[in-house]
Amino acid sequence: MSFSRYDRQIILKEFGPKAQDKLASARVLVVGAGGLGTPVLQYLNAMGVGHLGIVDGDRVQASNLHRQVIFTEKQVGNYKVAAAKYFLQNQNSQTIIDTFCEFLNEKNAIELISSFDIVVDASDNFPTRYLVNDTCVILKKPFIYGALYGFEGQLSVFNYNEGPTYRCLFPTPPKADEIPNCDTQGVLGVLPGIIGNLQALEVIKLITGIGTSLSGKLLIFDALEQQYHQFHIHKKHENSQIYTLQKSYAIACAVPIHTIDAKTFLKLHQQEALQIIDVREPDEVKNAPFTGALNIPFQQLSENIKGEFLGTVVYFLCQSGVRSAKAIKQLQEHYPNTKFISLEGGFNALLTYEY
Amino acid sequence: MKILFFGIAKDIVGKSIVEFQNEILFPIKVGTLKADLINKYPALGDISSLAIALNSRYATDDMLVSQQDEIAIIPPVSGG
Repeated sequence: MSFSRYDRQIILKEFGPKAQDKLASARVLVVGAGGLGTPVLQYLNAMGVGHLGIVDGDRVQASNLHRQVIFTEKQVGNYKVAAAKYFLQNQNSQTIIDTFCEFLNEKNAIELISSFDIVVDASDNFPTRYLVNDTCVILKKPFIYGALYGFEGQLSVFNYNEGPTYRCLFPTPPKADEIPNCDTQGVLGVLPGIIGNLQALEVIKLITGIGTSLSGKLLIFDALEQQYHQFHIHKKHENSQIYTLQKSYAIACAVPIHTIDAKTFLKLHQQEALQIIDVREPDEVKNAPFTGALNIPFQQLSENIKGEFLGTVVYFLCQSGVRSAKAIKQLQEHYPNTKFISLEGGFNALLTYEY
Repeated sequence: MKILFFGIAKDIVGKSIVEFQNEILFPIKVGTLKADLINKYPALGDISSLAIALNSRYATDDMLVSQQDEIAIIPPVSGG
């Protein structure tokens, strides 16, 4: 199949065969094959972008299917990059598709992004968004930003022709618990389809030079009111002065909590009476109790914890240290007079000391 | 003055548009308005990067807001 498959866009006066040639020789990397990434891939592939890269280390889940419409029920459990490639190659066998079955991180970002012309930030978390921004600034690559919250979507083109970057809009990475994501907040199936398609449109505009790109502007789409708002963003030159990546983007977004290692904890426990709250489920506690701890399952913490009941120092434990850390993140801002300490590694770590 | 709230700011305030007329002495600096809003809705203060637009342009804290202006409060969003 030659140019005839693209005939309906080639006959557009403003587009023509030259734009189609540009698409064919373009290289676009899509970071994240989720709600935003899948519609971006679907349309770029259909329209004839010659070379697509997909980076995502996740697998297809049943809860993805209502919005990630290129995946099928049979693909649940498969890696997203493989499932996406299967769809895309059936859709357009001409496209060269590179899959990277890993998450974008501080170690692979420079190498991955450097072999593409344009990046699509279709990720679902702040650490990756700041990593994409900084890598693109270092490598002088434009990227198309899309992000969702509930019934709203944000869209922009960053780091294009000396234009503003993501940090010009949001200079400081939010902490992990500040803004809920799609997993906790929910997302209406069609919304990522709309924002992802708008991202694909911006990619096409950048490659071919048609129209006016969203560089320098933030678009907010309100799905419930069917309204588009546009805001002008100013470039701040200091945000282009990035020459190396940060060691960790996750740390910038991590909520700091106090922790204690198992050995120190056991020693303290022998020496003095500690206030200890075990946030595991009753079944877990029954099988492996920790004597001296009060059991309040994680889900019931908010209704069972009262300020007057908390001492100046309270230790939290669970099976592996994840729920206890999460519990502390939720509680510590409400009880500033209490020092909350999470047992690192949880009950599992105590076992190594033959507790 | 009209304030548009987006993302989590809309959830915190409970409305997408709020009109302020008599409660505020105009002109007011963007930074002062932001502090007043955080005072009224403390949860807004927990957001590290809260972008503010004045008449659809990204605003800095020292800009002046008058009664006819439109403000937008734009928090970062991460979902994808």
